[in-house]
Amino acid sequence: MASREGNESAVAMRAAGAAAGGAAARTPAGGGSKRIEAPIKKTGGGGEEKLHTWPFLVRSEFLMAILVIIVLTVWSLLLNAPLEQPSNPTRTPNPSKAPWYFLGLQEMLVFFDPWYAGVVLPSFIIVGLMLIPYLDINPKGNGYYTFRERMFEILSFFIGFHILWVSFIIIGTFFRGPGWNWFWPGQVWDPHLVEALTNVDLPYMFGFRDYLASAIFGLSLIVGYFVVGYAGLYYWIRSRPSGDPWSAFPGGGPEILKKWGPVRFGITGFLLIAMAGVFIKMALRHALNIKYILVTPWINI
Amino acid sequence: MAKFDWNETKRQITDSQAWQSIFRHGYEDTPRNRILMVSGNVWLHLHPSKVQKHAVRLRFTWCMGGITFLLFLVTVVTGVYLMFYYRPTAEYAYADMKYLEFDMPFGMLMRNMHRWAAHGMVIAVWLHMFRVFMTGSYKPPREFNWVVGVILLVLTLLLSFTGYLLPWDQLSIWAVTVGSNMARATPLLGHGGPFHEVLGVNPVYDARAFIFGGAEIGPHTLLRFYILHCIFFPLIAGIFMAVHFWRIRRDGMSGPL
Ligand code: HEM
Repeated sequence: MASREGNESAVAMRAAGAAAGGAAARTPAGGGSKRIEAPIKKTGGGGEEKLHTWPFLVRSEFLMAILVIIVLTVWSLLLNAPLEQPSNPTRTPNPSKAPWYFLGLQEMLVFFDPWYAGVVLPSFIIVGLMLIPYLDINPKGNGYYTFRERMFEILSFFIGFHILWVSFIIIGTFFRGPGWNWFWPGQVWDPHLVEALTNVDLPYMFGFRDYLASAIFGLSLIVGYFVVGYAGLYYWIRSRPSGDPWSAFPGGGPEILKKWGPVRFGITGFLLIAMAGVFIKMALRHALNIKYILVTPWINI
Repeated sequence: MAKFDWNETKRQITDSQAWQSIFRHGYEDTPRNRILMVSGNVWLHLHPSKVQKHAVRLRFTWCMGGITFLLFLVTVVTGVYLMFYYRPTAEYAYADMKYLEFDMPFGMLMRNMHRWAAHGMVIAVWLHMFRVFMTGSYKPPREFNWVVGVILLVLTLLLSFTGYLLPWDQLSIWAVTVGSNMARATPLLGHGGPFHEVLGVNPVYDARAFIFGGAEIGPHTLLRFYILHCIFFPLIAGIFMAVHFWRIRRDGMSGPL
């Protein structure tokens, strides 16, 4: 209990400092004290029984370490790391594949230009991942497995991680051959296979021939898409009932929106709508052979 | 001749000043010793001396954070071994790989373990992130440790990616070419990207040239990636891991209230 008291006095000191104008600029009133208290008020382990780390935790870690090292050693004895011909900058292999963990991004090149697939999209992924804890304000499901209380979060993560990231890596690794054409596993790679490129830009399809007009058309489509997306998200959330799985917010949808605030709503909406955009672009490509939606002299999307 | 008394010898050793200076407490299984085992040991001290019951369960953590760290350590150890035999120059790099595989004792095994542990680390870190997401462990007060985790994830990928070039074979230079071509397409900063005219970047002076150390992939790239792979990224990853572990220690494992 001593540490608890020490902590409270630290909070008092911090508050005094804030009142004196010290840290006040950086932390909103009250925010600072909440933060300091956080490490003491651990989630978890309320009335739960505690075990000695030695031997209980160290034992399982030790066994797991041995198991992993054995598996790794056997694997390394059986399977050699690849080493191909010496590097030769004049002979480009077809296909040239990035390391497997980046193949999801390389697969995106089918649908987007490199500046988007290779630079903007990965930046969204990294920043979006980092923001998750700040965007998700649902206090439920902290420290235990639950689907019911966090359906929305888990489904979003599932779409982003399992579908977009993992399954695209699998496609890039096993289903792409020369010319980045689709080959089934076991199918012979025919390097001379030519697939007709019949893709057409969406504005062109709608009869726009002039650059400016098609740029305006494409841009309005994209802006419209975001407007519809935001509106859909807004009304969908507002109509959430108060019960499960939103029980953390007894006021239902309106309360969620109020607690969420416009900044969180804006950023979450942007990330989700951009993510859904990948699927829409893919669908347009597969169904209608659409190449770009927005065509300008500088960028195409 | 006195009969040799094993217990007496053992007692003499464990009572000696040298022994006592190293091992501070006995091994009896007492609650006190159980705590001292952890708190008196710099490595085990990464742990708290007591943990909640659920945190020990494999079902909760899948042990994936720990496995990621273990695989990282494996790559450090095997990587040092490889460094003894590998020269990061275009003339020697590939030949050294062959030499390592065919002439060095355990060379092939070390290379395989290094490679597969690195791949395993990428998979383990994803699974770890997945588990942390599924248990909602990024929620307050652990938001920032999740951010540190994302940085570690990026560093893990960068470590793997820079290492990919080092064998200097067809696989490595073309994979790295494809990967780095993205940098060429960076808006503003890459010479193939949109708005590149604004800053006037060109193939010898743009984002990709910064990564390659020149307009094309070449010996300069090899040296650059070698230093990033063996010194820079491991160091940075180590620093972030220290922060990561420290914060887990401070905040405790997440768990049901
Ligand atoms: C080099 C990479 C990493 C290493 C070595 C590492 C290591 C660890 C370890 C050993 C733990 C203890 C619990 C466990 O084993 O699950 C842990 C917990 C945690 N990790 Fe990581 N981690 C890494 C990357 C990440 C990533 C990518 C994320 C998230 C994006 C992350 C977020 C967290 C969080 C929030 C906790 C606390 C979990 C809790 O309290 O339940 N870490 N990490």
